[in-house]
Amino acid sequence: MKTTLEKVPQGDPLTIPDKKAVIDAVIERNRQKPGATMVVLSELQNEIGFLSEPMQEYIADELRVPLSSVHGVVTFYSFFTTTPRGRHSIKFCLGTACYVGGAEQLIEKAEQVLGIKMGGTTQNGAITIETCRCVGACSQAPVVAVDEELFGKMTAAKLPKVLSQFQD
Amino acid sequence: MTYISTYEDLVALHDDSTRKFEEKRKSPDFKIHTSDELKPPTEKEVRIVLRNSGKIDPFDICEYIAKDGYLAIGKVLTSMTPEEVIEEVLASGLRGRGGAGFPTGLKWRFARNANTEPKYMICNADEGDPGAFMNRMLLETDPHCVIEGMIIGAYAAGSNQGYVYCRAEYPVAVKTMTHAINQAREMGFLGKNIMGSGFDFDLEVRMGAGAFVCGEETALMSSIEGKRGEPRPRPPFPAQSGLWAKPTNVNNVETYGNVPQIILKGSGWYASLGTEKCKGSKTFALAGDLNKPGLIEVPFGITLREVIFDIGGGIKNGKEFKAIQTGGPMGGCLPASMLDLQIGYEALTAAGSIMGSGGLIVMDEDTCMVDIARFFMDFTQDESCGKCVPCRVGTRRILEILTRICEGEGREGDIELLETLCKEIRQDSLCGLGQGAPNPIVSILQHFREEYEIHIREKRCPAKVCKALITYQINPETCTGCTLCARNCPVGAISGERKQVHVIDPDICTKCGICSSVCNFNAVEVI
Repeated sequence: MKTTLEKVPQGDPLTIPDKKAVIDAVIERNRQKPGATMVVLSELQNEIGFLSEPMQEYIADELRVPLSSVHGVVTFYSFFTTTPRGRHSIKFCLGTACYVGGAEQLIEKAEQVLGIKMGGTTQNGAITIETCRCVGACSQAPVVAVDEELFGKMTAAKLPKVLSQFQD
Repeated sequence: MTYISTYEDLVALHDDSTRKFEEKRKSPDFKIHTSDELKPPTEKEVRIVLRNSGKIDPFDICEYIAKDGYLAIGKVLTSMTPEEVIEEVLASGLRGRGGAGFPTGLKWRFARNANTEPKYMICNADEGDPGAFMNRMLLETDPHCVIEGMIIGAYAAGSNQGYVYCRAEYPVAVKTMTHAINQAREMGFLGKNIMGSGFDFDLEVRMGAGAFVCGEETALMSSIEGKRGEPRPRPPFPAQSGLWAKPTNVNNVETYGNVPQIILKGSGWYASLGTEKCKGSKTFALAGDLNKPGLIEVPFGITLREVIFDIGGGIKNGKEFKAIQTGGPMGGCLPASMLDLQIGYEALTAAGSIMGSGGLIVMDEDTCMVDIARFFMDFTQDESCGKCVPCRVGTRRILEILTRICEGEGREGDIELLETLCKEIRQDSLCGLGQGAPNPIVSILQHFREEYEIHIREKRCPAKVCKALITYQINPETCTGCTLCARNCPVGAISGERKQVHVIDPDICTKCGICSSVCNFNAVEVI
């Protein structure tokens, strides 16, 4: 079954030439690896920011694995998303040390300051806020991760200033 | 970068690197990167697996070589048979540091005895336990000791290909390990004909994608195979049928990290530390309501009391100790009466907890143990892969009951129901996640039963944590009307004019506690 690219909705990364080039390069580079599905999906989540259904079909086709396998993997792991995220991903760690250190207060404050609920994206597309499981910086609890940067010993008073840095 | 084609070349490089290393450190501009997370060892600690952390540049393989790096594999390849390596590791008493504590030498022997090819070595770097970051520290500060340990293990087991499976939440560890592997390959410690011995071995890093269950070895292997991280029944064990149904040896980061020194200094040296059943040292991550959280490395046999009070500096803000959670979300909570327990695999299991990977979370008197049980079950429920019914459905039912209790809707009979559910889930689940999920609940029921009873019968939370059972109010005698609380309240529940006593509207208040934490006059009370 070949993916017919005519059916792909406008705006999907497959229809944007430089994004499609990235997708093809990632697939080509990793095609021969055993267990390539996970490697390709991880790299594309990182490069493109999400894994749309047309992308999943295309990857399944190219790697010669059933679409149900690819979709099963995308929906299993929490790092894979099927819709675009904001430019900055702000994650509130809910590991034990952070929870005991007051992570829930930070979450309430963030929701109030940004006007969105956990999992949502701000109107201007700048920020997506999410919770995540332990990032392994427990002695700095509670921790807020913005993209790959960690902000430790966060308080509800300090949080608004940190958020405003990323509000673009 | 010199290619090392013989053991003699390595020895020469070692001498040269040691000299350069010492000269570099004499320079007045030299600065070593220190981390708040791993401080210099206190009196009761040791630095064995963490000996190089913070002392060498993890991006320069020659600094690792200056610290006797790769000399162990050199010794192994030139003067030991695979069986001799296995004997030595067995004699050292090294047990799996991932938590199960299985003798490492024995695991390697099983892989060696398997009759199928190829064989795989896997490093489990999916440190998913909330509260644990020991493996992250080792991967980021001394990746080469893990690589060297894997090469030695591969030689012993008869494997030519290995994978380091690292969780995606550790991007720095992934980068550091990838860089280290590339440098090791350039110098000839990985690849074909290592140091002219005829032995081939190479490594690849594979990343997780945010699934706690992939720390379980069979789920981890499914993930490397490009599938959903669902565990498989055992037997067959990985040593017989693992990655792509081939013999596979899975060990934790810290387990591999200990191997080079065991080879260089001898099993006798390693076995002289620790206790009779638990040899050597273990890293732990201290976190929670402590004065000095961070990473420590201690010999087995040290007591919890010594760890919390002598090394961890005791409970912060002058509060009382209430409980210590060991072993991550599959572990148990131990009360003050167990503080003199000597840390070891069997001792912790007998106390109703587990060693786990080494996270130790200290909780003070302001912690509600029922809320903590609910918190852990929420985590486990979310991370359950869904494959087997006892875990998928059982953990959800337990979570429902605990949530009801925390919301003031506990019923007579709830405790008994929890006990029955826990027993069945433990017995019937397919993997360690389900089998261990009831542990926090059971240990909290065992040591803090009264708190459950008060929640259920009196609809009260003694620690004043469970939101449905508490009210925030402002003490009119101490409130100065500074408006700080009103300005910080995320839902606008506080009203009052400047310099007038402020009031919290209980119908709007979400009990987030922000007002209490910003008030400079301790005027916010929780009842």
